[in-house]
Amino acid sequence: MWPVDRLQRQAGDCAPSVDAPLILAGRDGRRRVVIAAGPTAHALGLRAGMSISKAQALVPGLRIEPADPQADLESLERLALWVMQRFSPIVAVDPPDGIVIETTGTDHLHGGEPAMLEALIGRLSLSGITARAAMADSWGAAHALARFAADPVRRTEPGATEMALAPLPIEALRLPPATTEALRLLGFTRIGELAHQPRAPLTRRFGPELCRRLDQALGILAKPIAPLRPEGLIEIRRNFADSIAARETIARYIGKLVPRLCLELEAKGVGARRLDLICIRSDNQIEAVRVGLAAPQRDPKHLTRLFCDRIETIAPGYGIETMTLTATLTEPLAQKQADSLLEPAQPDLSGLIDRLVNRVGQGGVYRIAPVASDVPERSTRRIPALAEPTGAGWPGHWPRPARLLPRPEPIETMALLPDHPPNWIKWRGIRHRVLRADGPERIFGEWWKRDAELSAVRDYFRIENEAGERFWIFRAGDGEDATTGSHRWFLHGFFG
Amino acid sequence: MLSCENDSAIMQTRISPAISALRQRISALEGVGQGGRAVLPFAVSELDRHLPKGGLALGCLHEVAGGGNGAIDAAAASCFAAGIAARLPGQVLWCVTRADLFAPGLEQAGLSPDRVIHVEAGDDKAVLACMEEGLRHGGLAAVVADVAKLSMTASRRLHLAAKGSGTIGLALRRWRSQADAGDFGQPTAAMTRWRVSALPSQPLPVPGIGRPRWLVELIRARAGEAFDIELEACDDTGHLGLPADVASGSAAAAGGRLRALR
Repeated sequence: MWPVDRLQRQAGDCAPSVDAPLILAGRDGRRRVVIAAGPTAHALGLRAGMSISKAQALVPGLRIEPADPQADLESLERLALWVMQRFSPIVAVDPPDGIVIETTGTDHLHGGEPAMLEALIGRLSLSGITARAAMADSWGAAHALARFAADPVRRTEPGATEMALAPLPIEALRLPPATTEALRLLGFTRIGELAHQPRAPLTRRFGPELCRRLDQALGILAKPIAPLRPEGLIEIRRNFADSIAARETIARYIGKLVPRLCLELEAKGVGARRLDLICIRSDNQIEAVRVGLAAPQRDPKHLTRLFCDRIETIAPGYGIETMTLTATLTEPLAQKQADSLLEPAQPDLSGLIDRLVNRVGQGGVYRIAPVASDVPERSTRRIPALAEPTGAGWPGHWPRPARLLPRPEPIETMALLPDHPPNWIKWRGIRHRVLRADGPERIFGEWWKRDAELSAVRDYFRIENEAGERFWIFRAGDGEDATTGSHRWFLHGFFG
Repeated sequence: MLSCENDSAIMQTRISPAISALRQRISALEGVGQGGRAVLPFAVSELDRHLPKGGLALGCLHEVAGGGNGAIDAAAASCFAAGIAARLPGQVLWCVTRADLFAPGLEQAGLSPDRVIHVEAGDDKAVLACMEEGLRHGGLAAVVADVAKLSMTASRRLHLAAKGSGTIGLALRRWRSQADAGDFGQPTAAMTRWRVSALPSQPLPVPGIGRPRWLVELIRARAGEAFDIELEACDDTGHLGLPADVASGSAAAAGGRLRALR
């Protein structure tokens, strides 16, 4: 699908409707064949490898575009670069239509593996790319599952690779077509049937390639990913004569790499927004640490500290042989005057924000900005901690509680309908007598946004009990008309 | 020593230089800081009169808890802390374990949303670590954190971090259940310990709720004495108020006296 998606994306708005059947034509020797078929064409029975004349005979009014494998590859590399900047430091192109991503050490930044997969597929489909993704223990297994598993997003638990691979056809093993044909003649159709055959006869008949691919898929044989390194990437590498493993040693070398990187950043007049530390272990495994920054930075002390806070996430195993520090995402950073006599400098909080984000994750540090909505739980939204001040607030003519329950909790009450506050409320088994109350403050549902709230109403009351505790309660509905709500009462917040 | 310190504001002129030098040495040993430490007055003379140097010491750790059910929902204590933070210039860091702060409510206690950076840390340990980061940074006006358990060691770390940077730290003590709130009796290194409980609001001549009132108790203060006072809750600039009937009889009587003076 990649060549078709690329073509559609490049054509942009002036592209003909996606519904028209589209194929890309190329040459296989002297024959003109279909290289890729769009979704509509695929549904009409056109497949890659079919001859063009046959395709034209099958589907009248077929749109045929020339295939451009070179441009496809270049475009795929650009996509891989985007994935590298957003998701994981170790990314490689897996031609003709795949991207392989090493997620070890970075999935926590996106809230775990399932969330990361979801975010990746969501971002791709938003930009018009049909993608299938699989996450597995080995490159071979992920490759096979992404292309041959039934569900478009597949994640296998660690150690469950063999079970997941067993039902897949043998084409998923990345074997030469001749080998696959011969295996099919012998009656092998699924990987599971092949996995437990004696290896020696297989090797004698098909050569070492078959067993090698099988081992790669099952994760017995490691296949390192040669990460994509675009031109102009600022990268500092250090090889160790003796592999290092102790925390202090790693910290010391981080302390040596970071200032060199900062010098290069300064020479180019940029600051880093995202940094990757890639440690290649002596057993050829890769450990990666990614650090994100709230504002472009090139202060060695600050950057070193961010990495040193995360050393415990690096598992050195038998030792680290090579350490590479990369500024994956950079932004221009000009020198500026830090302080003047006329006005005191604003304290720079970006360093603090980076350390806090490093500790609690990207979603845990935020500011709150107002949203023009009457519904209390929708009246706030989170914005980045260093966003420009909005200068906006909420209308202050009704008191608002300091603490809001995550979701309103049902309470028992006794109240006169339609617009009197309750005489008492019972919340979590404790009865509070209401001495004073303010209200009702009527809030209508957002009927212009949601059909379900076409006639929804909430009546909010501020009540005070004998002890002086002040609660924010509401009744769903206006007290007269049952279509406006259930007329049940809820506790929503606490006033100071 | 405690009582001497308390009276010092009044008797400063009559004390001999030897004694004041001795007092400075003792306070330096205690870790309270040099004589020049800044304070933030509450602008309520009844309250400031009882505090050493006439206000809440900056560059220190302070504890605030709610009384009664307020120990769990911490609504009044949050407004009290927000009011203190609102009266200091700069950004405020507010660390919580789970997000239940309602920003419009904080704005009504004087703390505009642009000034608050929220940190949702997940557990108590992470909250304390984030609070310490904030206190060490030095560029913030105040650091507030919702804390359940605060050990002596942890509070001392926070206090030292606050002392190093001059940022005020407010540990908002908040528990899961009423039974855990007994933890508030345990000693910590905090400079002062406050308890803020909601009281019935100011009576109005019509049905409705008047300006909220709090019972503000200073349970423990280094170099100061415990006391309690009934106050009106923070207004939208973060200032507490003295109820008219406590200050000088009823509001009507105060008005009458003013008129008589003219």
